[in-house]
Amino acid sequence: MNLFDYVRPASVAEAVAAATEPGAAYLAAGTNLLDLMKLGAARPQRLVDITRLPGLDTIEALEDGGYRVGAMVRNADLARHPGFAAAFPAVAEALLSGASAQLRNMATVGGNLMQQTRCAYFHDTAAACNRRAPGTGCDAAGGENRTHAVLGWSPSCIATHPSDFCVALAALDAMVEIEGPFGRRKLALEEFHLLPGTTPERTTVLAPGEMVTALLLPPAAAGFRANARYLKLRERTSFAFALVSAAAALQLSGGRITAARIAMGGVAAKPWRARAAEEVLEGEAPERAAFERAAEAALSEAAPSGDNAFKIALAKRVVTRALSMAAAGTPARMPALPGSAFATDNGSSADE
Amino acid sequence: MNEPLPYPAAPVRHGSNSGQPMTRRDGRLKVTGAATYAADTHPEGLLHAALAVSSIARGRVSFLDVEAAKAHPGVVEVITPQNRPALAHDPDSKTLPFSFRMDALQNDRVRYAGQPIAVVVAETLEAATEGARLLAPRYEAEAARIGFGNGLPEPAPMVGVGAPGRAETGDLEAGFAAASQIVETGYETPAQYHNAMEPHAIVAAWDGDHLSIDMPNQAIAMSQASFAAFFGIPVQNVSLRSPFLGGGFGSKAILAGPQVLCILAARMLGRPVKLVLTRAQMYGPVGHRGATRQTLRLGTDAQGRLTALEHHAVSETSTFDDFIEPAANASLNLYASPAILARHDAMRMDTGTPGPMRAPGEASGSAALECAMDEAAQAAGLDPLTFRLINYAETDPISGKPYSAKELRACYMRGAESFGWAGRPLAPRQMRDENGLLTGWGMGSALFPAPMFQAEARAVLRADGSALVETSGADMGQGAWTALAQLAADGLGLDIDQVEFRSGSTDQPDGGIAGGSGHTATAGGALHAAGRDVVARLTELATADPESPLFGAGNSGVTARDGRLVRNDDESRSEAYADILARAGLEALEGTGRGARDPANAEARAMFSHGAVFAEVKVDPELGQIRVSRMVGAFAAGRIVNPRLARSQLYGGMIWGLSFALHEEAVHDLRSGRVMNADLAGYHVPVNADTPAMEALLIDEDDRFVNDLGIKGVGEIGITGSVGAIANAIWHATGVRVRRFPIRIEDVLGL
Repeated sequence: MNLFDYVRPASVAEAVAAATEPGAAYLAAGTNLLDLMKLGAARPQRLVDITRLPGLDTIEALEDGGYRVGAMVRNADLARHPGFAAAFPAVAEALLSGASAQLRNMATVGGNLMQQTRCAYFHDTAAACNRRAPGTGCDAAGGENRTHAVLGWSPSCIATHPSDFCVALAALDAMVEIEGPFGRRKLALEEFHLLPGTTPERTTVLAPGEMVTALLLPPAAAGFRANARYLKLRERTSFAFALVSAAAALQLSGGRITAARIAMGGVAAKPWRARAAEEVLEGEAPERAAFERAAEAALSEAAPSGDNAFKIALAKRVVTRALSMAAAGTPARMPALPGSAFATDNGSSADE
Repeated sequence: MNEPLPYPAAPVRHGSNSGQPMTRRDGRLKVTGAATYAADTHPEGLLHAALAVSSIARGRVSFLDVEAAKAHPGVVEVITPQNRPALAHDPDSKTLPFSFRMDALQNDRVRYAGQPIAVVVAETLEAATEGARLLAPRYEAEAARIGFGNGLPEPAPMVGVGAPGRAETGDLEAGFAAASQIVETGYETPAQYHNAMEPHAIVAAWDGDHLSIDMPNQAIAMSQASFAAFFGIPVQNVSLRSPFLGGGFGSKAILAGPQVLCILAARMLGRPVKLVLTRAQMYGPVGHRGATRQTLRLGTDAQGRLTALEHHAVSETSTFDDFIEPAANASLNLYASPAILARHDAMRMDTGTPGPMRAPGEASGSAALECAMDEAAQAAGLDPLTFRLINYAETDPISGKPYSAKELRACYMRGAESFGWAGRPLAPRQMRDENGLLTGWGMGSALFPAPMFQAEARAVLRADGSALVETSGADMGQGAWTALAQLAADGLGLDIDQVEFRSGSTDQPDGGIAGGSGHTATAGGALHAAGRDVVARLTELATADPESPLFGAGNSGVTARDGRLVRNDDESRSEAYADILARAGLEALEGTGRGARDPANAEARAMFSHGAVFAEVKVDPELGQIRVSRMVGAFAAGRIVNPRLARSQLYGGMIWGLSFALHEEAVHDLRSGRVMNADLAGYHVPVNADTPAMEALLIDEDDRFVNDLGIKGVGEIGITGSVGAIANAIWHATGVRVRRFPIRIEDVLGL
């Protein structure tokens, strides 16, 4: 069998020490890593199991109104945490739109940040893939790439980041807390994932041994609670990755947008914060024309990476709709189909 | 190897046997995990096999690192074409019944991606799996020919399982000349894979020249004979057990290379061997539904009557064998037209050979035909249901024969009424729901043949008046254990609780093939006949015995009921089975029965199940996301043995139709020839949230010709009609006619 070391550290410090070795990987719920290992797409020589580390599974409401969420908190627990879900409804909606109930019960907050692309060529060990095997090429380019990136891709990699959760987090200026061989640091989630450039094998800023220990939601993010939504487009209603998704959050005052937060999923190798679109909206009335201008701005730099030009037009529509849903107000209750265009309480459909 | 399964717990039911909506007899075994599937078999000394499969689609294997694999701890043997022991039957021949050419390491040639190229056998599954990886094959690759643009076109004289590739009636050109309107259109369907939840699995063990096999199997007796031929042993030396299948859908009716290789490994190593395909390995050597490109031409007169119907299908097949999806034949038996031509061509590609997959031909063909009918109705300015009624076939269009029974008109009417079809606007994009979603209604006709195969059964009445009935049938989840036992109980005149039913083993009489929607009619007919045979023998005993109250019943005869024979001329005179046996000094009384169609009826009548499916879809006008919100199907399929299970089968078929219309597609990389979504994360089937409110109406149909019991099948018809109904509803919602399946977001948005 494929032999690897399995280490179960007793503390974060021990974990970091164990994971600093070359070829080591942290094991949380394993909902992505174990699949990749079975496929042969990941072959770590050492698994550092952090599932039993103390103190990583708490959800703390901070005094300043923000939240600190341990890396080992399960997706389902976070999405159903009353305080968190009320403060950051778009994050909860994004979480509940992802994967399946069974996976959400297993998968962790930290693991969600660390998950790999679902590009089929990354999974297929017989295919060329610069992300999996640097320097081999990219078979997705010129291959089956209907679902691939339209923003931030490079000739070396056109894969997308699959997370829903991270899209909402990026929109709301979430911070990532990291422990590593050189101590603790914090950085914006927006900075956490890397675009492929010429080194697509580097998917995050983490240095060897560094570990995500917590997520921080700033108090300002809760200021969008009344008008925050996540919209995820896909053919299958559940248990499918986004073709395109968007998180949209607004602050409204006196019939004007005073602040806007927009990020897109399924379009790039990282959750794509659309700051240019946010700027378009500030000071505008929350109306369709402004939303459409914002969507144009959000995709202004987009280019097809293959047989996926339709995703650019589609992403504009998704951003426009997500903004319209956010403007209509966060629903009093989580929709039965979170993130779905078919959820009730989605406001009016646009072309009426 | 397995202990006999416990006699299943008594099912819930109301009233007598057949016709009652009994719950599954195997239900408790399955939900408690007591039901054993092939891969649950763990004989002593078991070895595990793992396949190494090709990552190229065409060429030859030039190198396998056998040494590295053999050096891996736990690996016992590596089987490649170099050391593979001889088989008594050539895997490239087609002399066995219903067989396909298979890949069993007969040489180093590669003819599709996913083809087995070596088998690694080890003490553990993990060691075998890693051993297979360590083989690190190298290839001399040639360019893959995948996709219709790259395939090798070829005429298709035969399609499906032995059907002619061309069928026609009337004068087609005269028909088109007489038409006031001609609609010409085309549809594409993708390669689809069966994806049974239970993967193909086999555990093989040899004892001298006796072979014992545990595997899911839809054709037990046929497989027994075929395996015997491969290994040069007498048929009776092969013992095969298949008590349950976790889905088959046609892919477990046909032998495949991996099974032969597992048996070979067990013989080579003198130990039992288990081989379970991975999900990805199910996208290669075990069949699939071949892709099609279909074109249709429909001529209609001023009244909307078809004057000519032409249906041409180009069907994908492999480079080395033929299974031509008989899609165009969907147009032969459904709509009246003075001229019909159905014809097929093949497109050879570097793929595993397609095979029958639930409604083979009918599903793909119906999808295209029902959409084309809608296009013709639209062109004629007619309501789709009206148009179909105008073209209702009173006799089978292609043969001119009368139908054995056809209640399609009732299906249309009851289905339309239940759905609320009346008032549907003719033009598309007219309806919105309360949330502003585009709403559309579509329909399709459903049709599936009512074949019968050959089956035998045995019934043994025991001294206590209970009975044991046996046939080697296949419970694939469709409920055969229950419906077949109901029929057996009817034949015996016993309450079903008095009937022990055994099935799924070569120890039993040949139950025929669980396929073609013919299993209940065929195996059920045999079981019923076996029961009647017991009753006849019992009647002889009783009526000839002066001690019996039935003595001399003679011409007026007796009726078997609730474990008693009752005189027809005097119901007060009856005798219990147990008493008749006791007086005759018999411990048991055995009867046998056969299930097969009366050849005279088969010759004289066209035999089909029919139905009508109505669908409502919602489409987001801006985002293009589609959701099927309601489906109503009405089906006439002869006598319904168990309405609960029949509805379940019909729902399953209708959901499959939804899956065909909106989700399923094997996506190939055209350069490598590999399926890029060979798992259930990438190959989508609907989840519960995609499954709409559903209704399956069972329309009474008395078919006196199809067989003695009037039974047709319900296993496959639900797919037909449903695909078209959904596609037509999407057109009605959006005004966009999508001519390729599955229908995607960008298709309806025109992006």
